[in-house]
Amino acid sequence: MSKRYHIAIVGAGPAGLSAAGRAAHYDAESGAAEPTYILLEGFNTFAKTIQKYQKGKHVMDEPGFLNLRSEVGFTAGKREEILGVWDEALAAGINIRYDSEVVAIDGEKGGFNLKLGSGDAVEAEHIVFSIGTQGNPRTLGVPGDAESDFVRYTLDDPEDFKEETIVVVGAGDAAIENAIALSDYNKVFIINRRNEFSRAKDGNLNAVLAAINDKNRPFYCVYEANVAGLELPSAPGAKGAIVLSTPSGEERIECHRIIARLGTIPPRKFVESCGIVITSDNPEAVPDVDRHYQSNVPGLYIIGALGGYPLIKQAMNQGYDVVEFINGKDTKPADYPLLQDQFSGLPYVMDAEDVLDLYQQRVPMFRHMNPLAFRELIIESRIIVSLPPAELARAPQGGERSTAFVAAGEPLYRNGEFSTTFYTLVEGEVQLQLEKDGPWHTIKPGQFFGEMSLISGRPRQGDAVVSEDAILIETPRRIMVKLMNSNKEVSSGIDRIFVMRALQAAFRPQLTLEELGNIAGQVETRQYKAGEVLFTEGEEGDCLHLIRSGTVMLTRGGANLVVNQNHSGELAGQMALMGAPRRRDTATAAVRTETIVIRQAEFLALVGSQPEHVATLQGRLSEVLRKSNSMASQPQAAGAIGFLMGQGLGEATNALVIDETLCVGCDNCERACAETHNGISRLDRESGASLAGLHVPISCRHCELPHCMKDCPPDAIRRSANGEVFISDSCIGCGNCETNCPYDAIKLSYAAPKKPGLLSWLLLGRGPGPGEPESFTPSAAAKDAGKKAVKCDACMGRPGGPACVRACPTGAAVRVSPEQFSELVEGH
Amino acid sequence: MHTSLLAWRNFRYGKWALLLGVIGIGLYLSQGGNAAQPPNGGTWQGYVLGTVGALLIVWLSVLGVRKRRYSSAAGTVQGWTSAHVYLGAVLLLIGTLHSAAQVGWNVHTLAYALMCLVIFSGFYGLYVYIHLPGHLATNNAGKDRDAWLEELADLDSNIRDTVESCDAELQAMALSALDLTQLGGSTWQQLTARDGSRIVLPGQSKAVSNAEQGIIVNALSERIPDARKQSQAEVLNELLALFGRRRVILHLLRQDVRLKGLLKVWLFVHIPLTIALLVALSIHIFSVFIYW
Repeated sequence: MSKRYHIAIVGAGPAGLSAAGRAAHYDAESGAAEPTYILLEGFNTFAKTIQKYQKGKHVMDEPGFLNLRSEVGFTAGKREEILGVWDEALAAGINIRYDSEVVAIDGEKGGFNLKLGSGDAVEAEHIVFSIGTQGNPRTLGVPGDAESDFVRYTLDDPEDFKEETIVVVGAGDAAIENAIALSDYNKVFIINRRNEFSRAKDGNLNAVLAAINDKNRPFYCVYEANVAGLELPSAPGAKGAIVLSTPSGEERIECHRIIARLGTIPPRKFVESCGIVITSDNPEAVPDVDRHYQSNVPGLYIIGALGGYPLIKQAMNQGYDVVEFINGKDTKPADYPLLQDQFSGLPYVMDAEDVLDLYQQRVPMFRHMNPLAFRELIIESRIIVSLPPAELARAPQGGERSTAFVAAGEPLYRNGEFSTTFYTLVEGEVQLQLEKDGPWHTIKPGQFFGEMSLISGRPRQGDAVVSEDAILIETPRRIMVKLMNSNKEVSSGIDRIFVMRALQAAFRPQLTLEELGNIAGQVETRQYKAGEVLFTEGEEGDCLHLIRSGTVMLTRGGANLVVNQNHSGELAGQMALMGAPRRRDTATAAVRTETIVIRQAEFLALVGSQPEHVATLQGRLSEVLRKSNSMASQPQAAGAIGFLMGQGLGEATNALVIDETLCVGCDNCERACAETHNGISRLDRESGASLAGLHVPISCRHCELPHCMKDCPPDAIRRSANGEVFISDSCIGCGNCETNCPYDAIKLSYAAPKKPGLLSWLLLGRGPGPGEPESFTPSAAAKDAGKKAVKCDACMGRPGGPACVRACPTGAAVRVSPEQFSELVEGH
Repeated sequence: MHTSLLAWRNFRYGKWALLLGVIGIGLYLSQGGNAAQPPNGGTWQGYVLGTVGALLIVWLSVLGVRKRRYSSAAGTVQGWTSAHVYLGAVLLLIGTLHSAAQVGWNVHTLAYALMCLVIFSGFYGLYVYIHLPGHLATNNAGKDRDAWLEELADLDSNIRDTVESCDAELQAMALSALDLTQLGGSTWQQLTARDGSRIVLPGQSKAVSNAEQGIIVNALSERIPDARKQSQAEVLNELLALFGRRRVILHLLRQDVRLKGLLKVWLFVHIPLTIALLVALSIHIFSVFIYW
């Protein structure tokens, strides 16, 4: 007979601990003799993601604007301190059960049955899922494979083990990195199920092959081997063994330890097996929950990272709230005061929860969204109210998170400005241009705009002018992308409008919205990876590509001779529909690119409705032809552009390019960078590729759609209106941006010690002088604060522009955008 | 888009320097001159030329300060350097006109001589700044020094592995060629790219020069025709290819060291001489006013 609980909480991360803490509080209040809840953890310790952090890692408590509401404490601090606080909370009487992985759930609200990996079962009226998104490590799948001193699924510090024989199972990056690190002091066998290391990154692939071939390194590989069994050591410290089945029969390796790095099992399958629906196939999609965190399965609640809230504090607040809701309390969520603040400047008095409902109903695209997702969207957004310029000065000045006021009749953004936020109009009107100096379109309440920059990452095309008494929701790109990933309706709605407006901007058709909508429905959107070909020189073309995002390069007569490059909003291959079907160039995606494919029928419908615009299109085409002809007749210049594109500069907006025939190698650029950026240079002059006198050093290029911004938990990476991508002080040092940057332009670093003044250095010899030193020893305080991500901010706000360029004595360093590439390479 | 420091802003400071030079010559000539009072540093024109020259010297030495004021918004370092080059060149004329060719064994002539040395070392610096970066880029063929060193290390470990299957004699010789390879060395060796690599030949105890890996490459190519077995010939051929590549990379690295050294070494003359000049200049001015 299994025990029955009021609440079963699955997963003892921050969210689960907080929920359990609140449940324990209720038990204490009611004087329950036995706990009415249980916290089930599949692993042998709590908060395993945080346990896995390196020793002494500083854990931040973003977002700063949100207060913690939990029975379990949490403030920013060292990993050990935080784990210590939680350990105390657990010891104070939280009913936790370790090594109890939930493998299946059946039943319904009031009578769920949770089957555990051990074969036991637990009954519960309500279930709270707080299992995160990291998943449990994949196990060896043979008897005796439970985590023990002999079998481990993680490796904290390779130097913990010396002079042992260790078997590492797995062929991924983690396995390779662990195995190589261990082989410094131990004899290591790496067990690969296949006959090659195909899953590993290039760097690791080379490293593992070198290690296997290195005769001086005790590093051995067994290919095509599966784990058939384990022989556990008879006593601690004694050797055990692993039995492998290989094509040549069974093989037995005696060893002190087995480290299995077989990846993790993403929780999605398990979640879906419980009846929870995840509507999108996108791997980043999260399940829908209602305002009370209840999923589509009544009685089954989802909180924390699995529900789309990766930050510790958010997750802990949800843990508290969810127990409140389950106990029938209609507590206002911890973020209620935030909403109140956001709506404080609205011209009417209404409860924040009601305004939230009202706005959701007013925007057709958001109407069917789940209320919790809409709530998050609003909390992460800015509410903007337009006022007549005369009243603007008298408007109350709230904090950063209160209603923002703008002047009516003034542009919300201007052509050429870098911003990727998304605007939804709730009240009033907005006049919108779709291209520079283009015709004006009127936006009505319930409609949205700003989707062009949202999708392409390019600067704004045309102005947006707001009328009097308008109310807008301005949502950051990050939130919209998350929403589009998980909500099909929103993503297809934005897509449709994007295509319609892109067509409007490119062809200015005189069509009704319905006709335009029909065409938008017919055209096809295609995705290309970097290096994929759109069309090939010499073939017959029947379509043109309107670029949605990314960069397309046109080459002629050889892959590296780039005669032209097209960016989002521009056309490629239009000649095919304008009289010359034979492709003159090969079009290749320089970076990840999306295009809208327009065929003859749609093209004729579009241009046929507005014959006057044909002359403009022809004019633009002539300009393109003139440019590509000029490049095609200078193969060296075209080759140099090909090189720059090969370095990924196709997606750059502002890149440092050094002329090697001028560079004397004085490194004054690096010193200037360090001196103007708290002692840490953000560029590495000497490394990076070169061709024909052009050198692309390792430094940030401020990509159109910055890879680094993709996955920043505290949203610390921002883009200024002028295009600089920078990291704000809220960085938590997680390293995601460093991993995501394909150009190695971001590094994690301790803060550098402060430098002495020039005079005290010169006269008293104190500390390092100007431009010195290249490396430093961080202070204890800096080490305590932990490493933070540092990258180039293009000397944003500095008079005179980037210090690296200004400090170059010979004029070798320049910063350029792709539009300037042809100017740059001519003469090289 | 990339402009050299000479062509900066369409030769702006070249034009200024030219103008200054013409004015200087005009001033000098206006001294007229007779036997009693030939053109010299003591006429009013001479004082003007001297003052301009002294101010130029002080301003020219301020480049070192401006270069290190990394957040300064006072022009770009390239602009300053361009002006430094042209105004420094015209200083040679201004200083000479001020001295009016009156030389002797005194502190005044010492200041003049130091000025000339500073300016000529600067001319040399300008020459290397303009000519060497291109050579350096061609030499390094798109890779940085670390990348070349890495390739060299790979070659070496490859050679060590390959040579294991050779006879002891060849093995010892090849390994000695690796161990006795020299990169860098004294300043002179670096600047001349002299190869001090050596090798121990079979049956000898003293190492001999193996400059440009010549001895080992020759030894290998001589052995190949004598190889008795095909497998042996293959190993020798492979070793030859490895040492051939090694020769090229070592040569390239030495050139890299040499060119980078040349780009820096002149400053070790230019800067100390500038300090000496500033001292001599102060004494010159001071003594002129003492013995007014």
